[in-house]
Amino acid sequence: MALLAQTGAEGATGASAELWIFLVIGALSLGSALAMILMKNTVHAALMLVVNFFTIAVLYAVLQAQFLFVVQMIVYAGAIMVLFLFVLMLLGVYAEQQFTDRIPGQKTTALLLGVLLLGALAGGVAGPYMGRDSACNVAGASSVAFTGCRGLDEVNADGNVRAVGLSLFTRYVWPFEVMSVLLVIAALGAMVLGRRDEDLADLVDRVPVSEPAATDEEPSSATPAAVAAGEQEERD
Amino acid sequence: MAVPVGYYLVLAAALFVVGLVGVLVRRNIIIMFMCIELMLNSVNLTLVAFSRLQGNIEGQVLSFFVMVVAAAEVTVGLALIVNLYRLRASTDADDVDRLRW
Repeated sequence: MALLAQTGAEGATGASAELWIFLVIGALSLGSALAMILMKNTVHAALMLVVNFFTIAVLYAVLQAQFLFVVQMIVYAGAIMVLFLFVLMLLGVYAEQQFTDRIPGQKTTALLLGVLLLGALAGGVAGPYMGRDSACNVAGASSVAFTGCRGLDEVNADGNVRAVGLSLFTRYVWPFEVMSVLLVIAALGAMVLGRRDEDLADLVDRVPVSEPAATDEEPSSATPAAVAAGEQEERD
Repeated sequence: MAVPVGYYLVLAAALFVVGLVGVLVRRNIIIMFMCIELMLNSVNLTLVAFSRLQGNIEGQVLSFFVMVVAAAEVTVGLALIVNLYRLRASTDADDVDRLRW
């Protein structure tokens, strides 16, 4: 982190350092994403996804989002992937699964549409920004005062965590509280969904059931213990 | 000048497309779910890149909210997958076709 901030402050050398980091980490990110969807073994795919999350975390650090860098590590690479791996181990589905082509030509169509979407996104969304690293220094330093643009260096002057925290707890405090409610509901929903089927009866109010089922039972189905108890009673 | 924001946007678009193709091509529900996570991450990267472009913190805050929603989604989604596996003894999306006409 300190190294990144240092290189960022150095100017020209910092730019080339960021470019190298971007190229290496970006290639790693794309490669791990491709490997994830090509892996036949589900556990290997999950591990590739962990690599991908780490590369994205590094990109956050490069983009001066240090708080998100840490959160990405903890929440995604830590908690969410542990959850995924737990479910994988629970279900025991590390056997190979064949690619099935139930709709004819689905794979080729998906690839074609994917390439089309990539072209549209790269040309339409990313195209106008290919020459700009910040809106604040488009036409030199004089325009900074003109646009009123502060730039992340100034926003993060007291630390990125402080800047994000100030924003979260002042202007966005209402969405933040709604998020906490959402998380509680999600946890409760997962608990309800995670119950076993036979336990679902516990959720319903128990109606006192008359005992026709007991009379239908064959005498032979009585357990030896019950039979022994009955005999004991008779004897007494 | 630092790396242009467009580079990050292209990378994020590529990651999004990889995730989308993964959802369309793979039939393992867990892999499809991981691909959805990949798409959410790529959008987060876009938000953070735009945050630097605009020079304010809003994009990072929104990205944080997306992470929270993704965490809630993973919790409920994985519980659903476990339930589905109990019902069908399979994690193949093609085995869950009762609503198919």
